[in-house]
Amino acid sequence: MSAPEKDIISPAGYRPAPDLFKILCQTASLLTVLMLGWIIYEIIESAWPAIQKFGFDFMTTSAWVPNRERFGVLPFIIGTLASSFLAILFAFPLGVAIAIFLSENFLSPSIRQTMRFVVEMLAAIPSVVYGLWGIFVIIPIVKAFGDWAVGTFGDFPLFSGPAYGNSLLTASVVLAIMILPTITAISRNSLASVPKTLREGAYALGATRWEAIFSVILPTAAPGIVAATILGLGRAMGETMAVAMLIGNSSRLSWSVLSPSGTLAGLLANQFGEAQGLQVNSLMYAALILIGITLVVNLLGEAVLRYTQKQTAGIR
Amino acid sequence: MALAPTHSFNGVCYAIVTNLILAHGKCLSSLTTYMKFTSSLALCLSITTSLAFVTTGRAQQISGAGATFPAPLYQRWGVEFNKVQPGIQVNYQSVGSGAGVKNFIQGVVVFGASDAAMSDEEIAKVAAGAVMIPATAGEIVFAYNLPGVSGIKLTREVMAGIYLGEVKKWNDPAIVKANPDLKLPNMPIQVAYRSDGSGTTYVFTQHLSEISDKFDDEVGTDKSVTFPVGVGGKGNEGVTALIKQSPGTVGYVEYGYAKDNGLSMASLQNKSGNFIAPDIASARSTLSNVQLPENLRVWPVDPEGANDYPIASFTWLLLYKKYSDPAKLKALKEFVTWSLTDGQSFSESLGYVPLPEAVVEKAKAALATVQ
Repeated sequence: MSAPEKDIISPAGYRPAPDLFKILCQTASLLTVLMLGWIIYEIIESAWPAIQKFGFDFMTTSAWVPNRERFGVLPFIIGTLASSFLAILFAFPLGVAIAIFLSENFLSPSIRQTMRFVVEMLAAIPSVVYGLWGIFVIIPIVKAFGDWAVGTFGDFPLFSGPAYGNSLLTASVVLAIMILPTITAISRNSLASVPKTLREGAYALGATRWEAIFSVILPTAAPGIVAATILGLGRAMGETMAVAMLIGNSSRLSWSVLSPSGTLAGLLANQFGEAQGLQVNSLMYAALILIGITLVVNLLGEAVLRYTQKQTAGIR
Repeated sequence: MALAPTHSFNGVCYAIVTNLILAHGKCLSSLTTYMKFTSSLALCLSITTSLAFVTTGRAQQISGAGATFPAPLYQRWGVEFNKVQPGIQVNYQSVGSGAGVKNFIQGVVVFGASDAAMSDEEIAKVAAGAVMIPATAGEIVFAYNLPGVSGIKLTREVMAGIYLGEVKKWNDPAIVKANPDLKLPNMPIQVAYRSDGSGTTYVFTQHLSEISDKFDDEVGTDKSVTFPVGVGGKGNEGVTALIKQSPGTVGYVEYGYAKDNGLSMASLQNKSGNFIAPDIASARSTLSNVQLPENLRVWPVDPEGANDYPIASFTWLLLYKKYSDPAKLKALKEFVTWSLTDGQSFSESLGYVPLPEAVVEKAKAALATVQ
């Protein structure tokens, strides 16, 4: 017997109180969405004069000349993409290797636990500290490497000289260290949650440890590892302070990883304080583009994630 | 009567605690001794100073915001002035010249501060009217890192040439010609500049644009410009780090930074053809020769005196012409008057150039027009 709702009213005439918890949750989630909408609206509104004036050319020209009111962010878009992908290139193999090492039984659990803690500690270091550390430690190393690379592979455009200390390579190396804990922690979790039966099955079939890792455990954990990489990429793209301190903030386009470059986030951090008029509008436009790039990367990541999930659905 | 003393007592405690944090923060060894120290001090002092507070009420707060370049000096002034006049607290936030002017136009501060003063359009936006008062001055140096080479001289052509990417090596004939005694290495010149918008870049590019038409055409004057060569560091400290780390680097920084960090500084050729080493005396000579206009907004873009250092500039306090609160006005005037006179003695040790007498007189006259 399903009682109609009005029957809940007690004989004394009480109505049930509204579900406060539900209302609270609904309001909170609605506010979050509204907040994002509001931020994007504000950015578009302040960027509007620049959008009207430059249109799509803003993204394809490489001039950032505030005193001539000529603005184009192509070098910064390329710098943002190049530095984050380079960072992923360094951090991905390292992060996944650490994750494998920490999830397999190579070491006693107490040592593994300590190492895991240490790697995750990297995430707690403030960005400006990475920047300072980069200036005093990484820059001299990269400069020395750069001088050697220019001498050895100078004809190759990626290593054409002169080598600078503050360069795309320096920023990417520090970014790689910054996103390492993200990649390691999430990859480790997904490796650790590979069902025990799968491992045992692999060993039972006579697989060596490496065969088990590469043909069973890694493919099964692939969706998690992909998710880790996307999160790392997102962090690398939005990172501001350390990059602004290390990349050299140049708006000149160059093939060389040893030349100074610039990122969208770094541009905003550098110029917002003293910007006036159309420069403010253009910076807002640049912010909008940064949001757009992050969105596209996340959507692509989501697509890759779904694809790998589908591929590995059979084994899990 | 019962309420007033407790009220002012809090004010005194607050003032003393903030003062002590500012003055002794570095040398305190432990929190407990600090607490004992302050509480006993607060008790002693409150008895003597609370008398003053009964008449003036609670401490008058003056908030200012603006340029980062003079911030260390203004903040020091705030602390020192509070010792002289405990009833007035000056808070200065270094948010940047641009933001300082914005805040001043919006009316959210009592005074603003800017390295680029204010343009006529900006002044027009201030309903209460604006008065610009030069408060201190700085000089910009060509700092460089060339092991074993000190006292390099740069001609006007070379200065512009370096930042246009035309003078590429340290043993370029143009540099060698001006420095016959120095042994200059065959080393590429790495150029460093400020990547963030700054008054320093403004004054620097203004001078180079004045002395080189080509620089004016290709780069121009602004708080942030695009140089055809070089690598950008964030802030004076960023450029200083770039110079210190790579031999062969040259960059422009404020004199105070270069001095504190022990960087070598080049002597620059001025309009009369002399090479002038950057120091407080040569910059003071530049500033004394400046003819101040009515609104006190002037840059010695290319000073003419024989011993003038070529790149020096004032930095300004921005005051409203009219204040509605007479107590605030009185406090502000006291602070600015003190800064222009006694306050100038703190300039030199922090790397700023004390204002010449004539400028102080004109600044005081301008201050008198504030109502």
